[in-house]
Amino acid sequence: MHRKEDARFIRGRGTYTDDVRLPGMLYGAILRSPHAHARIVSVDTSAAEAHPKVRAVITGQTLAGLNLAWMPTLSNDIQAVLATDKVRFQGQEVAFVVAEDPYSARDALELIDVDYEPLDAVIDARKALAPGAPVIRDDLEGRTGNHIFDWEAGDRARTDAVFERAEVTVAQDMLYPRVHPAPLETCGAVADFDKVTGKLTVWCPTQAPHAHRTLYAMVAGLPEHKIRVISPDIGGGFGGKVGIYPGYVCAIVGSIVTGKPVKWMEDRSENLMSTAFARDYHMRGEIAATRDGRIQGIRVKVLADHGAFNGTAQPTKFPAGFFHVFSGSYDIETAHCEVTGVYTNKAPGGVAYACSFRVTEAVYLVERMVDVLAAELGMDPAELRLRNLLKPEQFPYTSPTGWEYDSGDYPKALRLAMDMAGYDKLRAEQADKRARGELMGIGVSFFTEAVGAGPRKHMDILGLGMADGAELRVHPTGKAVLRVSCQSQGQGHETTFAQIVGQELGIPADDVEVVHGDTDQTPFGLGTYGSRSTPVSGAATAIVARKVRDRAKIVAAAMLEASPDDLEWADGRWSVVGDPSAGKSLAEIALAAHSNLELPEGVEGHLDAVTVYNPPNLTYPFGAYICVVDVDPGTGQVKVRRFVAVDDCGVRINPMIVEGQIHGGLADGVGMALMQVMAFDEDGNHLGASFMDYLLPTSMECPSWELGETVTPSPTHPIGAKGVGESATVGSPAAVVNAVVDALAPYGVRHADMPLTPANVWRVVNGNPFRTDLAVP
Amino acid sequence: MPRITVTVDGIQYEEDVEPRLLLVHLLRERLGKTGTPVGCDTSNCGACTVLLDGKSAKSCSVLAVQADGCDVVTIEGLGANGSLHPMQQAFHEEHALQCGYCTPGMVMAAIDLLRQDPDPSEETIRQGLEGNLCRCTGYCNIVRAVRRGAQEMGQAVSRP
Repeated sequence: MHRKEDARFIRGRGTYTDDVRLPGMLYGAILRSPHAHARIVSVDTSAAEAHPKVRAVITGQTLAGLNLAWMPTLSNDIQAVLATDKVRFQGQEVAFVVAEDPYSARDALELIDVDYEPLDAVIDARKALAPGAPVIRDDLEGRTGNHIFDWEAGDRARTDAVFERAEVTVAQDMLYPRVHPAPLETCGAVADFDKVTGKLTVWCPTQAPHAHRTLYAMVAGLPEHKIRVISPDIGGGFGGKVGIYPGYVCAIVGSIVTGKPVKWMEDRSENLMSTAFARDYHMRGEIAATRDGRIQGIRVKVLADHGAFNGTAQPTKFPAGFFHVFSGSYDIETAHCEVTGVYTNKAPGGVAYACSFRVTEAVYLVERMVDVLAAELGMDPAELRLRNLLKPEQFPYTSPTGWEYDSGDYPKALRLAMDMAGYDKLRAEQADKRARGELMGIGVSFFTEAVGAGPRKHMDILGLGMADGAELRVHPTGKAVLRVSCQSQGQGHETTFAQIVGQELGIPADDVEVVHGDTDQTPFGLGTYGSRSTPVSGAATAIVARKVRDRAKIVAAAMLEASPDDLEWADGRWSVVGDPSAGKSLAEIALAAHSNLELPEGVEGHLDAVTVYNPPNLTYPFGAYICVVDVDPGTGQVKVRRFVAVDDCGVRINPMIVEGQIHGGLADGVGMALMQVMAFDEDGNHLGASFMDYLLPTSMECPSWELGETVTPSPTHPIGAKGVGESATVGSPAAVVNAVVDALAPYGVRHADMPLTPANVWRVVNGNPFRTDLAVP
Repeated sequence: MPRITVTVDGIQYEEDVEPRLLLVHLLRERLGKTGTPVGCDTSNCGACTVLLDGKSAKSCSVLAVQADGCDVVTIEGLGANGSLHPMQQAFHEEHALQCGYCTPGMVMAAIDLLRQDPDPSEETIRQGLEGNLCRCTGYCNIVRAVRRGAQEMGQAVSRP
């Protein structure tokens, strides 16, 4: 089925936040810190206030008076809304101007005079814990260093023992560099506080509108029923629009102060400098194995750079997200990881960019390590994987760090990918090319994802359990409206969720309107990220449709003067068993349910239902990726020639949309592996704060993707569907890097850090690798 | 303040504008043509692409005063009487959009591309759209859509 959303988007008739216009609306702009670390001596706003078109200038001191200078983060830290004592990263919010038009608001920023006293900055995470390192968070009582947390998973003693006696061990340091999701639409908000009704309405491209409403209620002291968050059409989120940013709070305060609606839209450089970054994991991986390639144990140490405020978006009990799925797709006896988080003078974030709560890092770690082991053993990397992949009969499988994988047929997927790619032929071609001095690489990545957070018992965001609601109302004429708590940012929910209802009830999907994003209209839930919409809201949708079907059965029985026990559901009708002609369609039942038909005791009439779905487990989609690259030995330029991707996300609700999701994620992987990095100099200047330097793949860097599919349904999901949106972003970077490292094997290269730009590849080839995240190595 | 005359999607407007006003803001803020979005501040993304006197232009990098006397076509001005331009239809058919934010600029750039080469190869299409970033689709379906759009438009031209 083609998408319902397209009709408005292809005509330029979508409504994104910046398209919202309200009478009397004013415009906000943020003054940002030029320093990474500096004490604020004074802020003089008098000239800005004298600007004829300026209506308000808000500083940290203004907010401190309202007890709003700081706000809670999703990781139980606090973050400055507008800086009061110090600035802690370049681009941090210092003051907020409200003016009559956006150009004047920007003009007025130039009129604010801030006196800074620069401080030494902590930029290299590896130096954050050194004695004498500058203390970034001296606002926190008793804080004398930059350590945030230590966290571990798995069995340390058993893992250490396996490494003691292993025939072969390999170790490799690797950096998953700081990148940014960079949705094409930046963040912003239109806040409208109505003094008469006391109601606050906020239009904002948030992926989690209900969570935002609850947090605003907690922080601002407004009652929840007086707050309406509307997430309109969103121009891509990719995890960058989960949390609350200072600009949203400023727009709200600006509206309260001026009594007018206030719009704030950040520009691209602000988006890259200050909103949620992704990754920035410094990892040391180790594998223990037998000489014939049987993997026995994996050990990992991670240093996590969280920036100046710990704002990482993840379930409360998981400070390193789901990183501990790092044992991957392999039958491994034991595993252990320890993760240490540190503060640095950079923007907050960490979990974003389709990471499924750090699964990107986990998959990259294990898939690189398996290749490092293959190189050590002189074994083909695909063969090594086939020897160690979990077998279908082992599911449900409990991993050494406690995850219960739901289902999988891994060897089938990898063999399909190898067939599609013509793996043996590729290796023969590579051998020929090597003999001629040409560099060709073949990279394999096999991943297991963990998506659909999650069971309320273990998973919550700031105390809010990760269950999601759904409401379904069938109108008298048999058309329906479904209200859900997830929030599309392009993933096609308005189409696919209508399809789920359609399949369950026999209503054409075109007759099902899907409502999302308006907290006054939709049931509570935690939104869309972590590929959780299909696993959680999709399940809720199937269940609520089944509740309606059950109700329809009772009404149909009354219509047919039969016992409900004698009815069967087929082809969108309830009919008498053995007499299909005596049946009623859902449309007929809907009309009767709203009529004067006499219904059994306790049945109230109408045809609707509500549910809350608390998932019993995550879903575990998987995939086998093979990437082929050519590398120019003279320039270091990498060309992705082919990319074969076999994905298994269980039942595919809409194959066209699933494939589009995978295409987008593969482009992410190519971009991260070859182009993207947020680099800093030693003073903390952000060197990737625009699209001039932060490079995104264009149509020229992406090959025509070659997709394959296997179907292994999730046994715990009502329609057997698993999440998929982030799979390709999770699985593809390792395939590209493995391919490039494979191409560089003649030079004895075993590892090279992303992004593999021509300059970096050239340096690696010449034995002089370079830390791309720091301008000063 | 300079007074300009500009035709946008077939309607002529006379506007007093600050010399520094960008064309994209004239379209969005003054004329209510919000179908043309902004995605960056360095002229890289192409989300704001419109046809300026028939040629694709990034409207964030043109001053409104420079458009004085010009004919501007935005995504909202394509298609007649509610029907879709073949390129819009092709984007829908080939699932060449997800969040829809790059789509207006991408469609306008694609139309300009076909003006220069009515039957472009995949390579030509990829080169022709290099100035338009998309974060959702991985470009594959966009390339397909432009090929389909080219075929449809070719048919439209060759029909008597």
